Amino acid sequence: MTIHEDIVESLARNRVGFVTTVPCKQLAGVIGLLEHDDRFLHVPSNKEDEGMGLCAGAFMGGKRAAIIMQNTAIGVTINALATLIQYYNIPLPMLISYRGEVGEKVACQVEMAVHTKALLAQLAIPTYHFHRAGDVGDLDGILAHCFMAKKPVAILMDASFWGGAK
Amino acid sequence: MIRSEVIKSIVPVIADHLVVCNIGLPSQELFMHDDRPSNFYMLGTMGLASSIGLGLALAQKAKVVAIDGDGSILTNLGTLPTIANNVADNFVLLIIDNGSYGSTGDQPTYAGKKTSLAEVARACGCENVVECAAQDTADVLKAALDAGRMTVIVSKCRSGNVPVSVIELDPGVIRHRFMQEIARRNR
Repeated sequence: MTIHEDIVESLARNRVGFVTTVPCKQLAGVIGLLEHDDRFLHVPSNKEDEGMGLCAGAFMGGKRAAIIMQNTAIGVTINALATLIQYYNIPLPMLISYRGEVGEKVACQVEMAVHTKALLAQLAIPTYHFHRAGDVGDLDGILAHCFMAKKPVAILMDASFWGGAK
Repeated sequence: MIRSEVIKSIVPVIADHLVVCNIGLPSQELFMHDDRPSNFYMLGTMGLASSIGLGLALAQKAKVVAIDGDGSILTNLGTLPTIANNVADNFVLLIIDNGSYGSTGDQPTYAGKKTSLAEVARACGCENVVECAAQDTADVLKAALDAGRMTVIVSKCRSGNVPVSVIELDPGVIRHRFMQEIARRNR
C-alpha cells in the first residue's frame, strides 16, 4: 500500500465518513483517493474555517468528520477551533500537510512552519508529527484517541514523511 | 419588520425542523421566542452557520434550516459555492438581510449597498434562490421546506434590534440535546 492508501484506510477503519479538504501538493494523493471512495462523503471547502463548520455539522449529524489541510492555514482556523470545535467538544482530526520543513523548496512556506507547533501548543491541541513513512502506523491510535477525547487533534505530516525530503 | 420580528414570524414554520442559528442577536432572539432542543445556537464563530447547516444536512436525512445574516454570509462568502456544488435537498439557507451588522451596532454591510446576495448566490451556482420581503419570509420558507429542494432565501428586512438576554446554556448542553434530537429524528 502507498502512504496515501494507508491514511485513507486508517480513516475508514476509524469510521470517519465525512472529509473536507483544502488542497496541498503533498496531499494530492490522499484527496484523489477520497474523491473516488464511496466510504467517504468528500466535500471540498474554500477555506479551512469553513471546513471546520462543515465538519461540526456532519459530526452532529452522526458522521465522524475530519479535515485535511495545510499548516499555512492554522491562523485562519483559530477562532473556529476555540469557539466552535473546542467550545462544543467536537472531535476533529486535522490531517495537516506540514509545509516549510526540511526538504521544502519554497522559502515562504518556512515562515508559517516556524509558528505551526507554537500555535497548536497555545491552543492546547494534541499534536503529532509524522516524519518517517512508518509513522503512519500511529494514525489508528491517534484517531481513536481524538474521538474518545472529543477534541481537535493535529497530525503534522512533513516532507520527509511524504518521501519528498532529500 | 426588523430581524427579531422575522424570526418570530418563522417560529411556527421551523419548530418541527433542525435549526442552526447564527451567532449573537439572532440566536438570542430565537432562544427568547422559542427555545427547543432542535435549535443549535452558535455562541461564537461568526460566519459558519451556513457551513454547519450544510454539513448537518449532508450527513443525515432530517430537514435543516440555517438562519444566517448578511454580514455573516459576507464574512464566509466561500460558503455559497460549496453549498451550490454539494446539493442537499433537506437544506434551506435563510439569510436575514437587514443590510447591517446588527449585533455590533448596526454598522452597514455591503449587502445593504451595491451587493446583492441573491445574485451572488445565483452566480455561485445555487439553483433555487428566492429574494423576498420580510413579511413574506414565513410563507417562502414553508414553500421551500415543503418542496424538498435545497433553497437559498434572502429576506430583506429593516435594521434594528430589540433588547434580549445572552444565552446562558452551556455549549455542551446545546450540542448534546441537539444531537439527541437529530438521532431521534433519524431512527
